[in-house]
Parts: sequence; structure tokens; C-alpha cells
Amino acid sequence: MPVPFRESLKTKEFVVTAEIGPPKGVDIEEMLHHIDLLKDKVDALNVTDNQSSVMRIGSLPVCKLIKEAGGEPILQMTCRDRNRLALQSDLLGAYVLGIDNVLCLTGDYITVGDHREAKPVFDLDSVLLLKLVRQLEEGRDFAGNELKGAPKFCAGAIVTPEADPIEPQLMKFEKKIKAGAEFIQTQAIYDLDNFKKFMEYARKFEVKILAGIVLLASAGMARFMNANVPGIFVPQELIDEMASAPKGKALEKGIEIAGRMIRQLREEKICDGVHIMAIGREHLVPEILSAAGM
Amino acid sequence: MIVGTRKPFEEIKSYVNGCEKILVMGCGTCVSVCMAGGEKEVQLLASQLRMAFEKEGKKVQVDEETIQRQCDREYFETVKEKIPQYDVVISMACGAGVQMTAELFEDRVIVPALNTTFIGVAEGEGVWSEKCRACANCLLAETGGICPITICPKGLVNGPCGGTNHGKCEVDKDKDCAWTLIYQRLKTQGRLDAIREIHPAKDYRVQTTPSKIVHRAYEEKEEA
Repeated sequence: MPVPFRESLKTKEFVVTAEIGPPKGVDIEEMLHHIDLLKDKVDALNVTDNQSSVMRIGSLPVCKLIKEAGGEPILQMTCRDRNRLALQSDLLGAYVLGIDNVLCLTGDYITVGDHREAKPVFDLDSVLLLKLVRQLEEGRDFAGNELKGAPKFCAGAIVTPEADPIEPQLMKFEKKIKAGAEFIQTQAIYDLDNFKKFMEYARKFEVKILAGIVLLASAGMARFMNANVPGIFVPQELIDEMASAPKGKALEKGIEIAGRMIRQLREEKICDGVHIMAIGREHLVPEILSAAGM
Repeated sequence: MIVGTRKPFEEIKSYVNGCEKILVMGCGTCVSVCMAGGEKEVQLLASQLRMAFEKEGKKVQVDEETIQRQCDREYFETVKEKIPQYDVVISMACGAGVQMTAELFEDRVIVPALNTTFIGVAEGEGVWSEKCRACANCLLAETGGICPITICPKGLVNGPCGGTNHGKCEVDKDKDCAWTLIYQRLKTQGRLDAIREIHPAKDYRVQTTPSKIVHRAYEEKEEA
């Protein structure tokens, strides 16, 4: 039996989660292989919800598959595709299937994805979704009606420590904690000095912080993210380091860098754990962990 | 004001192909100011239609008319005899004006020439930008006079999403992040407390369409 994620957060010095991105289509063989490979190596598997507004298998059924495989799933929920009725019924549904970890996000806008003509929902936002989770736990739905049996969730949210300007982001971070977030997963970080500054601030709050680790596959990917992905900043020396890798060895370099960062975060007790986003290269997560000495 | 843009000529023409008497009717208020459906635009569209039909060798009468407001019954007095003489009226008003015209002249075909786009302001000459979604529950007192429902594509009420990027929006790099603007303005005014508390979920009941308002002074009249 896997250890409940809340227990891991409470008892382990350094928690590791990894991201699972469901496929577009019903061929789940590769994903099941990734789940099997990772379920005992990490504390929880965090399943994306139509990530980047690209339609795929939903987070909920994949969480159930993780559960069946003996892993500990975290259900990602965005507010983009569901109004408050759908969010609540999915949360209740998740709970009765044994899925009781939830990561609450606002969600990317519709037009960044592959169904640009679709109607965006955003009835609630990440803060209000956290409130909704906590209200269900009190035995009431979001409209105040009594529930026949209340669920209990371990709920988390997201922060972007590299956001510029940072102040509005921190205001929202504080609202998320006030709304009941127990753990906070960060957007990918690469500049540990900046991250340490963020952690000095974040330590004032009673919340576990998992640093987001995105595996670099090439110097080009790092430059692309700097130019195009909000809230991601890869320092020049890391780009140079990636570029210095011999031809065909860039990925190995990326694994080395990710491992090194995780090791430093853990050894210097900078934060409470990491969330590894391998984005299509989930099979490399064990290598990243061994590069980190774990 | 209400801002609209003219539909492509081919689309407008497709509505009136086969008609012999066409009236192009402008509106002298909002869409006139935003250079989409006023007297000048009526002239332009009518000329385009005449030329197109002439080129096709078709004998079509295209006349022009602009009234002050197509969203108000009383302004139709001057055209009430005229409109029934046409097969079709191309209304260059906003969607409200088109519908008022269609309601008043039920047996006539009334078609739109504009796409009604937003409620906004003039930024400068020839530039308008959206400012209000008419959400029926104004938050501007709390948000420093910047509307998060309109300026934020997600209509977020509790602060910026993770897509905010150096003060710009994830949806369009050329557009400002509403919550960065709100935060900065309230910070300058020393009023950040206005947004520090969790804002409750919006009540969408007030947005159930179609809305109707009866002024208090006229309530009895309406009931009678």
C-alpha cells in the first residue's frame, strides 16, 4: 500500500513527486509503463489536467489507473473546463475512487491549446477551488447544501517564484494558503539563489514547498522557455553548460543538472521536496533521481 | 460606448443578393463615433453595393438613411413610412439596433452589416479598446478602476494567474496583465488591502440573459 501523500509531507524530510501527462488517445501502454516504473520511486504521481489546454485523457481516470497500479496519485484540477458543479462532482467522484490528493490550478487559457474555438469556463479560480475543496470537507457543497458524507483531501496549489513582478504573485500565494493549501508546487526553477530568496519568504507560512524541476533536453529548449514560457528563467550559465555538452549528450547533461539541483535543494534543506516534470521523458526520472543521489 | 466592426463586404452582399430595393441604414450614436456604422460608412457601403451590382449588370436600387439611434423607438418616426418600401434593410447599427429595427418592421428583412464587438473607450484616433463586459456586478471600486472581468481574459477575481509575464498576458504578449495593473495602481494609492482578502465567487445569476431593467419611477406604468 502506498503511503498517503499527506503522511509523506508530514514525515519525510524530502518529498519527491513526478508528473504524468495522459496521452491524447486511448493507447495508454507507454503511460502505464511510466506509472509502473515510477510508482515506487516517488512519493506521488501528479496527473495533469488537459495540460496547456491540449485535449487528452482526463486526470481523474489516470489517477484511478495509478491507484490500481499501487501508486499514490495527485489529481490536478483546473478551472478552465469545468464550472463549480462539475468541479465538485469530479472531486466527490475522485474521493470515492480513493483519490484524495488534489492540486488546484486556474488553468491555461483556451487559446494557447489545440481547441482554440472552445468556450473557456473559469467560473472559479485556483483560490476559490481550494476554498471549495475545504467546504466539501465540512459536509457542505459550494452552495451550502448538506452532503451525504464528506470527503477529506490533501490539497495543494502552484506558485511561480520567478514571476516578474513577484508581488502580485505572492499576494495570490498568500490567498492560496489562507484558502487551505497544504502544499505548494512551484513552476520550474533554475536559479537557486533566487529560489532561496523566495524560500526565505515562504518559510513564514505553514505550507510545504516542492520545487518544480523541469528536465532540460537542450540549450535550445532553455532559450525557448526563457522567451516563451511565463515565469521560467534559465540563467545563462546553465544554457552555456547545456550548450557545452558534446553532440548527442545534451540530455545526459540535462539529467546531470536536474540531479545536481535536487541534491543541493535536499542537502541544504532549501525546501521540502521536488516535483519533477520530465515532459514526455518520464522514463528518465529514475536517472534524475540517481544523479541526485537518491 | 458600443464598438463594432463592419463585416466583410462579400458577407454583407450575400445577405442581399436577389433584392431589388435595398436600404442601408446607419446609426448616429456609438457606431458612428467608432467609424463603423455612421453616415459616412453608410455612404461607403451603399456605393460599394451599387458598383458591385452594376458590374454584375443588375438593376438594384440602393438608398441611404441614418437615424440618430436605432436602439430607441422614438428615432424611427422619420423612417417609418420609408422602410416598408424596401425588400431589405441593411442595418449598420449594433446588434441592439438591428433587433429594434427588426421588431418595429416585422414583415421586412433586416440584416446586420456589423459585428458588435465590445463596450469600450477611444484610446486615440481610430483606436478603441474594450473596458466593460456589462457583468452586472461592478468590481471597479475594489480593483483600482481596472476591470479584471474584462482586462483579464480569464476574468479572475483573486489575483494574477501563472501566465503573467513581465506585466503582459499569456494570451497575448501585446496585452497588459490586468492584475499587474491593478496591483500597481492600488500600491501607488496605498490601497492594497482592498485586494488582499479572498474575493468570493462571482454570482452569475445576474448575468442570465436577457436582462431587463425597469426604472423605479416607471414600475407601475410597466405593470399596468
